[in-house]
Amino acid sequence: MFGAVNALGEALVCQALHRGVKTQQRRREGPAAALLWQKPRSAAQQRHSVTAILSKMAGADGDDSLYPIAVLIDELRNEDVQLRLNSIKKLSTIALALGVERTRTELLPFLTDTIYDEDEVLLALAEQLGNFTMLVGGPEYVHCLLPPLESLATVEETVVRDKAVESLRKISQEHSPVDLEVHFEPLVKRLASGDWFTSRTSACGLFSVCYPRVSSTVKAEIRQHFRTLCSDDTPMVRRAAASKLGEFAKVLELDYVKSDIISLFTALASDEQDSVRLLAVEACVSIATLLPQEDLETLVMPTLRQAAEDKSWRVRYMVADKFSELQKAVGPEITKNDLVPAFQNLLKDCEAEVRAAAANKVKEFCENLPEDSREQIIMTHILPCVKELVSDTNQHVKSALASVIMGLSTILGKDNTIEHLLPLFLAQLKDECPEVRLNIISNLDCVNEVIGIRQLSQSLLPAIVELAEDAKWRVRLAIIEYMPLLAGQLGVEFFDEKLNTLCMAWLIDHVYAIREAATCNLMKLVEKFGAEWAQNTIVPKVLGMANDPNYLHRMTTLFCINALSEACGQDITTKQMLPVVLKMSNDQVANVRFNVAKSLQKIGPVLDSNALQTEVKPVLEKLATDTDMDVKYFAQEAISVLALA
Amino acid sequence: METTKLPPSSPSSPTTSFSVPSAEKVDGFPRRSMRRARQRRSHSSSQFRYQSSQVELTPLPLLKDAPVAELHDLFCKKLQQCCVLFDFLDCVADLKGKEIKRAALNELVESVATSRGVLIEPLYPEAIKMISVNIFRTLPPSENPEFDPEEDEPTLEASWPHLQLVYEFFLRFLESPDFQPSMAKRYVDQKFVLQLLELFDSEDPREREYLKTILHRVYGKLLGLRAYIRKQINNIFLRFIYETEHFNGVAELLEILGSIINGFALPLKAEHKQFLVRVLIPLHTAKSLSIFHAQLAYCVVQFMEKDATVTEYIIRGLLKYWPKTCTQKEVMFLGEIEEILDVIEPSQFIRVQEPLFKQIAACISSPHFQVAERALYFWNNEYILSLIEENCQVILPLVFATLYRVSKEHWNQTIVSLIYNVLKTFMEMNSKLFDDLTASYKVEKQKEMKRERERADLWRGLEEHQDRRMQMLTEAARNQRNLQERGERGDPTTPSSPQTAHSDQPEPKPSGASSSSSGAGESAT
Repeated sequence: MFGAVNALGEALVCQALHRGVKTQQRRREGPAAALLWQKPRSAAQQRHSVTAILSKMAGADGDDSLYPIAVLIDELRNEDVQLRLNSIKKLSTIALALGVERTRTELLPFLTDTIYDEDEVLLALAEQLGNFTMLVGGPEYVHCLLPPLESLATVEETVVRDKAVESLRKISQEHSPVDLEVHFEPLVKRLASGDWFTSRTSACGLFSVCYPRVSSTVKAEIRQHFRTLCSDDTPMVRRAAASKLGEFAKVLELDYVKSDIISLFTALASDEQDSVRLLAVEACVSIATLLPQEDLETLVMPTLRQAAEDKSWRVRYMVADKFSELQKAVGPEITKNDLVPAFQNLLKDCEAEVRAAAANKVKEFCENLPEDSREQIIMTHILPCVKELVSDTNQHVKSALASVIMGLSTILGKDNTIEHLLPLFLAQLKDECPEVRLNIISNLDCVNEVIGIRQLSQSLLPAIVELAEDAKWRVRLAIIEYMPLLAGQLGVEFFDEKLNTLCMAWLIDHVYAIREAATCNLMKLVEKFGAEWAQNTIVPKVLGMANDPNYLHRMTTLFCINALSEACGQDITTKQMLPVVLKMSNDQVANVRFNVAKSLQKIGPVLDSNALQTEVKPVLEKLATDTDMDVKYFAQEAISVLALA
Repeated sequence: METTKLPPSSPSSPTTSFSVPSAEKVDGFPRRSMRRARQRRSHSSSQFRYQSSQVELTPLPLLKDAPVAELHDLFCKKLQQCCVLFDFLDCVADLKGKEIKRAALNELVESVATSRGVLIEPLYPEAIKMISVNIFRTLPPSENPEFDPEEDEPTLEASWPHLQLVYEFFLRFLESPDFQPSMAKRYVDQKFVLQLLELFDSEDPREREYLKTILHRVYGKLLGLRAYIRKQINNIFLRFIYETEHFNGVAELLEILGSIINGFALPLKAEHKQFLVRVLIPLHTAKSLSIFHAQLAYCVVQFMEKDATVTEYIIRGLLKYWPKTCTQKEVMFLGEIEEILDVIEPSQFIRVQEPLFKQIAACISSPHFQVAERALYFWNNEYILSLIEENCQVILPLVFATLYRVSKEHWNQTIVSLIYNVLKTFMEMNSKLFDDLTASYKVEKQKEMKRERERADLWRGLEEHQDRRMQMLTEAARNQRNLQERGERGDPTTPSSPQTAHSDQPEPKPSGASSSSSGAGESAT
């Protein structure tokens, strides 16, 4: 047996050799083009070309572990990207078989060499290498993974670069402090001083992972490099640095946060490009969290105030979007004095985008206000702005507000809600934009807790009816999804009186998605109101549709039965539903007939064995001889699933 | 020395280039027209946020009536008057003020365009200030987040009645025979240019048209800013390619670059080559390529015409980024390849013919007939045909199998007949080679199938081998554990899993034991 394996092995090696030589020629013909103007590889790197691997392999003939690398070479050279991709994805298997030493000495240098490939292959490679530590021999050798990842971190394509950085961050944790200084940190430095922006961008993500575990001299160097990148010539690098500023601040000693980070933060926050400034806002959250309260006013607040009034709406948007985090980071005093007016301004901003972002934060902001002055601040400062937003010209602003406004009722309590908020809810329930109304309806539970839903029910009903008949089916779909919730809050009486008709009407909607959702809705209602309720109100109507001239409606009956049988229980299913289903097996339309088969399969488990044997079985057997092949198929399927054969 | 050509078109009457107002177009979809109506209503208002209390404008005397001694003073006053901004969202607000400013701007435009000796040094800062105040603003968020420049109507700038005149004034100012670059450069500085470039993201095509001409003039007249402008355009493009994929003015910037490339000195600087390879070629990956492809292809061809040695980089770059799923883009790529082949030097052609014709063969076998058709049209191009003929020995074997197969299989009759023509051409070119290939087609095909089978066998064999190995290793590991449990040292084989690899059997450090993998590699050889 082993002889055969060895023979195969030799054949493989020969083939790989052959191909390898050819591909080498191919690469020699156009190396410049393949690499475009990438920096030339060092002599040391080049020594690890295919030749080295091949000569090794030729010497070690007969060794089992040679197959994988032979295949790898072969497949990596394949013209089909998909095949190359496949072999990269099997890289760990191959490394495992090669053993740790040969992975380090042959596979990795080889991979480092092939880095000019298509981005898709490179992405897979970058990802694989992040999980390679054990395959190269554990933390002791993890630095062997750095050369290929370093090259990948300089690639043009963002996804590849980001993945390489992610992998580098991951393996940085597996470096010993010494290795971190000897191998990892020099890599970061090389990237940080690379001449093309891609490598400098990648470097930004690596400072914070090595900083905590290196000596103070190296720390100083790292800080210096980060400083340089924050004032880089290209906005791409400054953006990358700004986005990592918060993360870097977190690993720095407090003194350096004050001396280094604050000046960088201030500089980035007043960058000439708004895309950089807005990233500084994000960093602001982390920085403010790190500093003691007494330093915030002088070190952070001037910049934050400036950002909240930035001339670019993108920066103001970012402030609005991060408002709750900022609020927590700066604490209650500054919130009262500074953030309340700033928030008011954002709610009144001239750009709808900013107002919508701020409107989204209304509830969270109010919730997090210091308790002693919460109500007063809301009533005198926030509520007036909220009132204006209810009649905003932009529907996104209104719908953002509608999605959170109900939450204010729990904060303000019953009396304030009735007096101040209720009129706003009612106004939004009548809004011209369906999304606004939907958002109000979907959050009714908050109000229900505070004032009870009855206060709203008079306005609620017209709003629901209108949404239920909206011309856009997605709106109808959305309201159907809230029906079970509404039914629970409004109670069975109100439901029967006002909403039941709507729920039945959806069953004959001309859009399938609505009919399907309506079916599902019925099931949830039955779960809520019980089988008896179902028997009296829903089941007769559903079964009545079985005689409808439109076959789509007849099928809806079947779909409803599928959904309801379990919730209704054996009795109703056997006595009321089953006869209807069985009768429908004679339908003229094949679609109905095969749905009968599917329904029988579905409700079978609910029936007792007697009904199955005497009633279901003959019908399915008849359907199994139907002229239509789909009917036959589903009938047979039902027979086998129900074990009636 | 670099020189610049005049830009292809000058927007002397930009309103004519922007034709029918959208509302007058017939639109079958009521929803869209509704959306548009909404867009109309809500334009940018960022501009007015920081406007301090509105100043009441009073009409000044006409420039043409002013005595020469007071002319400059009056000109300056008018410039200052034009720094007041008006709210155009509210179309009835302050109509009087708007009219006064409009009239003043008109006068300024006319004066700068026609009279001599108006532009004296003290006016430069005032003029640039007036321009800056009016045009520099944060562009508003797009009304339509999924704005598709090909499908949707752009949001038009509400304050265009004034803005247009300001742009017109700026343009006349730059084009005036009295214009002194040495004075202007103090005010038209890097910061100014950067803000100007950001405006190219405007959704309003009329504005971008003006910006294009203006930037071109600035590039032409203020030599000190050239490198900076090129660098910032690079940054905009790189951001567009790798970060946002959104920038409305790519086509306009490329148009300017088209004429700049034309003026590059030879031999090309490294900076310019880098721009070609790292910016222009990757621009082909953009989703919205169709909007600026014509301008991009023009730039690429300009580069080739400047310096033929970049041909190989261009073709290999295009092949690297060849669209994999978007047939519409594939057709564009093929169009660009044809433009390139039209001017390619035969010596360069030989360097790229192999990968190129492999791709062309792949396109011919595309099930999308437009892609196949576009590729087959290459054979209607006489120059390309002559290149193919010269290199028939190389090219025919590359495409023959595809042509032969597709001629039998393609669903579209036009493609089939086009392929017959191509085959006929080849037959006439080199009948001997053609006959040989026809004769060996079946054999080759069988060989290919055999290779496929062998590959499959190979993998199967490997996987079996892998399984066996794993089994053996698991067993070995188990034995080893057993041995250890009995307190003996077992002979370690390669363990079954990476975890055990580390814990059970520490690898001896390779002799050269050093840090980098290169060191380890040397010790291995």
